[in-house]
Amino acid sequence: MRFELILAVRFLREGRFQTLLTLAGVAVGVGVIVFLSALISGLQTSLVANTLGSQPHVVIRPQDAVARRMLEEGTDKVAARVEGAAQRPQKIPDWPANLGRVERVPGVVATSPIAAGAAFAVKGDVSKAVALRGVDPARFDRIVDVTGRLKSGAFRLEGNDVVLGIGLAADLGLSVGDKLRLVTEGGRSDVFTVGGLFDLGAKDLNERWVLSSLRNAQTLLNLEDGITSIEVRVDAIFEADRMADEISDRTGLVAETWMQINRQLLVGLKSQSASSWMIQFFVVLAVALGIASMLVVSVVQKSREIGILKAIGTSTGQTMGVFLLQGTILGLAGSALGCGLGALLALLFRSMALAPDGSPVFPVDLTWTRFVAASAVATVVGVVAAVAPARRAARLDPAEVIRYG
Amino acid sequence: MAEEDGAILRLEGVRKSYGSRVVTEVLHGIDMSVNAGEFVALVGPSGSGKSTLLNLMGLLDRPSGGRIFLDGTDTSTLDDAGQTRFRGHKIGFVFQFHHLLPAFTSLENVMMPLLVQRGRPDDEMRQRARMLLVRVGLEDKIFARASDLSGGQQQRVAVARALAMQPPLVLADEPTGNLDSNSADQVFDLLREFNREYRGAFVIVTHDHRMASRCDRIVEIVDGLIRKVDTGS
Repeated sequence: MRFELILAVRFLREGRFQTLLTLAGVAVGVGVIVFLSALISGLQTSLVANTLGSQPHVVIRPQDAVARRMLEEGTDKVAARVEGAAQRPQKIPDWPANLGRVERVPGVVATSPIAAGAAFAVKGDVSKAVALRGVDPARFDRIVDVTGRLKSGAFRLEGNDVVLGIGLAADLGLSVGDKLRLVTEGGRSDVFTVGGLFDLGAKDLNERWVLSSLRNAQTLLNLEDGITSIEVRVDAIFEADRMADEISDRTGLVAETWMQINRQLLVGLKSQSASSWMIQFFVVLAVALGIASMLVVSVVQKSREIGILKAIGTSTGQTMGVFLLQGTILGLAGSALGCGLGALLALLFRSMALAPDGSPVFPVDLTWTRFVAASAVATVVGVVAAVAPARRAARLDPAEVIRYG
Repeated sequence: MAEEDGAILRLEGVRKSYGSRVVTEVLHGIDMSVNAGEFVALVGPSGSGKSTLLNLMGLLDRPSGGRIFLDGTDTSTLDDAGQTRFRGHKIGFVFQFHHLLPAFTSLENVMMPLLVQRGRPDDEMRQRARMLLVRVGLEDKIFARASDLSGGQQQRVAVARALAMQPPLVLADEPTGNLDSNSADQVFDLLREFNREYRGAFVIVTHDHRMASRCDRIVEIVDGLIRKVDTGS
């Protein structure tokens, strides 16, 4: 062991009670940071997962139709009022090419072309307004996990199969194998077979979504071989806005992100993160002050020893090293204890906050990076907090200390 | 490297004053030298400036004027770090209040100057420290904590520590001032013996005339000046 380390350890051991109290302070600080960040992160992950479980991260659609003035600008003698255009289902121009462009944007994980429009589902003399969505099952599964949420049947859309939500099935009294008629505007209609029932965890979707093959939807909605939107999944959800901008640039289409669609949720997540960061910042500050104040007291208590050490040739750098190391050790040891404490708190919380079915309300996100990050912060803080005391120690005048005993 | 005349320590017109607004000069120009292997007593009434002089000799403080040569080097040319390093290698200290590190054992205290210089403990320094402790008669206290030793024992550990680096100069500020006469004799005898064995120069501040008379030379300081120099026994 090096001289500085030997002395640092010995000084800490000598200050038993002070050292223990400071260690406890660091441990509580690190524990709170680990627990709080695991809790908030788990909560946010679960909120986002629940929200995005039935939503694409980015939706790409054509530009809105704009009504043009028939009169030329400048003929201002005429009173004119331009009505906004009613938006009918618009097709994405040259969609295979645009789909290719979207897929080449870095960070895009999956894409799914969608042909969607309004329709009525009719069984007997009951009809319900539904959202007809023509999809390719394999591709769509990577955007919204329908297969994983099937209650019965299979997510196959061959021939005239459709898959619909359990809400709609209940409304119309349908189960797998039953027939229903879909009618769209202009009187186009066809008979379909229920191939499967899903529960996406959102009442609205369960009551309104009817998934059919792309081909069938295109025919019913009179889209020829066009599609109305492309849905996209990205690898970093909080980067969605940036990616949407890039998609718009490359395709000239409108790209809307989950963040724009769920503005409220995003504001909530952001303010939650901000308050969590703020708490963590002040905890770190308190930890730093605790370490610094202990070391300042220690420098005063040890001034005689420091004086002797300097008299026998200990350099300024070595003297500072002794105290910087004490800060480091307090940070490291406190972190180790704090990680244990944080994990314990998190597990305790997980075992106590249970949903009625006995499963945890949400997962507490205990990853090892969290422990490493909290420990690194506490250790760096320990070193930084030790700088002022270390400089004080280094400035002590040995002659003075020795003269006055 | 010793100088031609054999002086290990040479002071030329050394002055020391304190304060910036009201300047008080404590030493008014000291010229003296200490030869290698010499055993010198520094005496004088309290407040005469002898402790100040000893601190200057020990490079714990810088003179306001004049120059100090230690082992042939003009110490005014050294920066603070250089002086600290020089002090560690060239000077051993024995203080009045023994000044050991209380939480460390005798052995660790004696090793400390070596540890400071070399950075890591090794067997050679352990061996040397043990030998010195045996030499000062503390073979049964090698692993005792310094705070568990009597005053006389602590001062003997301090003497062993001062010699750990085998410095050419040992400075002692009233090394027996706090001890009963029995322990005081023991410590003084040890210093004298080491002086003969290692041929290191010793400068000892003392109030005790009996001890001063057993030194090679007595330098008396009064009011910041050398008043007279006696040849001792």
